[in-house]
Amino acid sequence: MSERFQLVTAVVILTVVGLGLTLYKHFSLGFPLLPGKVTQAWTAEARISFEATSEDVELSFAVPESSSTLQVLEQFSASSAYTLGYQDKGGSHPRAIWKGSGKTGRQVIYYQVVAFEGEGGDKRPDTKAPSGPTAPDLEPAYKVAAKDLIAQVKAKTTDPASFTAQLIQDLAAPKPSESARILLGISSDANSRARIAVDLVNLSGVPARIARGILLEDGRRREKLSDLVEVWTGDQWQDFQPDTGVLGLPDRFLLWQRGGESLLDLIGGHGSRVTFSTLSEIRGTRGLVVLKGEEEKAALVNFSIYTLPINQQNIFKLLLLVPIGTLVVVLMRSVVGIRTSGTFMPILIALAFKQTELISGLVMFIVVVAIGLMIRAYLSRLNLLLVPRISAVVIVVIILFAGVSIASFKLGIEAGLTVTFFPMIIMAWTIERMSVLWEEDGAREALIQGAGSLGVAVLVYLAMSIEIVEYLTFSFPELLLVVLAVTLMLGHYTGYRLTELRRFSPMAEK
Amino acid sequence: MIGRFVRPSKLRAAGILGMNARNVSLISVYNARKFYPRVDDKLKTKLLAEEAGIAVPELYGVVRSQGEVGGVYERVSKYPGFVIKPTHGSAGKGVLVITGQEDGEFRKPSGEVIGRKAMERHVSNTLSGLYSLGGKPDVAMIEALVQFSEDFRDYSFEGVPDIRVVVFRGVPIMAMMRLSTRASDGKANLHQGAVGVGLDLANGRALRAVQHGLPIESHPDSKNPFDELVVPRWTELLELSARCTDMTEMGYIGVDIVLDKTRGPLILEINARPGLAIQMASGAGLLPRVQWVQKSGCHAASVEERVATAMRVFSAEAGSLDNI
Repeated sequence: MSERFQLVTAVVILTVVGLGLTLYKHFSLGFPLLPGKVTQAWTAEARISFEATSEDVELSFAVPESSSTLQVLEQFSASSAYTLGYQDKGGSHPRAIWKGSGKTGRQVIYYQVVAFEGEGGDKRPDTKAPSGPTAPDLEPAYKVAAKDLIAQVKAKTTDPASFTAQLIQDLAAPKPSESARILLGISSDANSRARIAVDLVNLSGVPARIARGILLEDGRRREKLSDLVEVWTGDQWQDFQPDTGVLGLPDRFLLWQRGGESLLDLIGGHGSRVTFSTLSEIRGTRGLVVLKGEEEKAALVNFSIYTLPINQQNIFKLLLLVPIGTLVVVLMRSVVGIRTSGTFMPILIALAFKQTELISGLVMFIVVVAIGLMIRAYLSRLNLLLVPRISAVVIVVIILFAGVSIASFKLGIEAGLTVTFFPMIIMAWTIERMSVLWEEDGAREALIQGAGSLGVAVLVYLAMSIEIVEYLTFSFPELLLVVLAVTLMLGHYTGYRLTELRRFSPMAEK
Repeated sequence: MIGRFVRPSKLRAAGILGMNARNVSLISVYNARKFYPRVDDKLKTKLLAEEAGIAVPELYGVVRSQGEVGGVYERVSKYPGFVIKPTHGSAGKGVLVITGQEDGEFRKPSGEVIGRKAMERHVSNTLSGLYSLGGKPDVAMIEALVQFSEDFRDYSFEGVPDIRVVVFRGVPIMAMMRLSTRASDGKANLHQGAVGVGLDLANGRALRAVQHGLPIESHPDSKNPFDELVVPRWTELLELSARCTDMTEMGYIGVDIVLDKTRGPLILEINARPGLAIQMASGAGLLPRVQWVQKSGCHAASVEERVATAMRVFSAEAGSLDNI
């Protein structure tokens, strides 16, 4: 039978392609098959604001690099009228350059990076040798104290690294020495200590400078960069923490401005201000793999849903679950034999449940449909035409939405507010179909099909809510081909339905 | 309520045709999509039938637009009884039966009398799709009132007793009579509580009767025993049903037939998705009969031969098909 052959061929091809792509992504691109692994990700955002004064504006901004503990993977910029370019000359540190013209007044540019904790970051140690220490410009009174402190520390240490560490410790000590106190003056925060330490190290004859970055923490806004003491230890620049003198970067510290370069250079404007905010998010290992894949230009990743903006991705997350819903509906109808009113009604109701949570959604649905049915029963007595009748039901449904929302808010039941998540056309149509069924086939049939639809909707919702299902459909959309194959096979299922085993049971007695 | 479930193998042994098998192996194979309008549109069915010389209730007229509604009164005035129905209606919705006219007023079977206005509003509602599947604008047709044969008067409550014949590839393979009851509210749907009476294809004699899937001996309302029930003009009726296959070019149909006092069997409606309850009423499965027709190749024979074969092969006396 050629039709059967075609079907079998299609099913086999779909299954092989679907599973094949899935396995390829798993083994070659490293997509995890299970959602278990998560990686801490951080988003750091710089908000640059300035007053544009001339026609042509050029803005150069230091941007972060990957370090040994943090990997910078995504960079975004949001600015209304500026074109972004990157400058990454060999040896020097990368900078983002915005150019724009024709804009005056207050300007805001956002620059965002996403960094992951993890190995594999290619830390490029800065090995560009400095020309020599820069002599700090110190007032004579301070100079004496500075020299005194240097002599004290030098007596205890042997090399620039240990000298710097000891110096910072002395400056940060709870009871600093006399000369340290003079130097610190009234300001004793970490950033000013770092600056004093840099001056002193330079004074001692070792090149030193300030490096700046940001500590990644959740939900920080309007932050400033923190300073680190960067010292030339003979073959490379090394960072010291200004609080403890410890060598190396603090945990989750994203270096932003290095190499003694400016944070921001602005041509054609003034009054620039930069503030930073940070946010933590848990991202599955998948996210990391996708980003790597994009960078490596793996076609399967590069032309996929993941390249869409986050917002659209979230819509797709839901859309990709719909086939799972259809599969459940097909199973329930063809194999189990549950009667539902309409094929896709249960899926749409289930999608609404995804927004409202199950229990409150169910209660709301039943309440609104029950009241709607009563009103529809009255409307039917007026002998209205179909379209005005459904329109009337839609209006009534909206009034019900408003009523239920306000009433439940006043009663302090927050769940009531979720009623608005129900697509009201679906509600109106459900009410309409149910009442037509009621009239044509009686209350019993209407209740059977109504309950059937709702039951299937709950099953669809539960199937869609399984974490692994959610993860797999989004990570491996090619699995939908397998779902399609199964659906095609079910289309040719000619066996008895579960309900028929009961319906025809009297026939089996003979 | 839950009842008991049986193993699928037992149903298969009984030859029960399931919903999935009906849809996949019969309807989608033998009923071409493009011919569906021939059965879904009652007006088309009627015109086709008249053309093919198949007996149907006479068509008095068709109302296609709201502008014609005013003229309906004039058109029906010469008929004492008539029926107005939507061409795309389902389950008897929107069917207005008028059994008589007096002084410009119309009498319904229940005895209720309605005026010209009410009758016209009914036609107007029909045209705007109030009674149609999906609410699409429709056409109303006016046809002759069937003068029901007295034979079944004691077997029906209010509604119209009709005979459903399942015809596969032009061969009638199973038949039943549907009798409305008080419980079914005058409707002839088995799942609403109507009684299904399985008929012997050989002679139109009642085999057994079921209500709600359980065997009963007599009509629940009139208490008339079913063993005396025989459908007259049986061969003629079967030939009429068999001819519907040639007319619709559909291989698996359910033909609904009523018996008129004078004209005999008339086709009321043809269904391209006939239900499976007929198996319960007949106490037999459809599957072996379908397979027998597929194997015998008798669908190529003339109408008379096909019906003769069906009467011989599917008779209750012949018993199991294995013996033939």
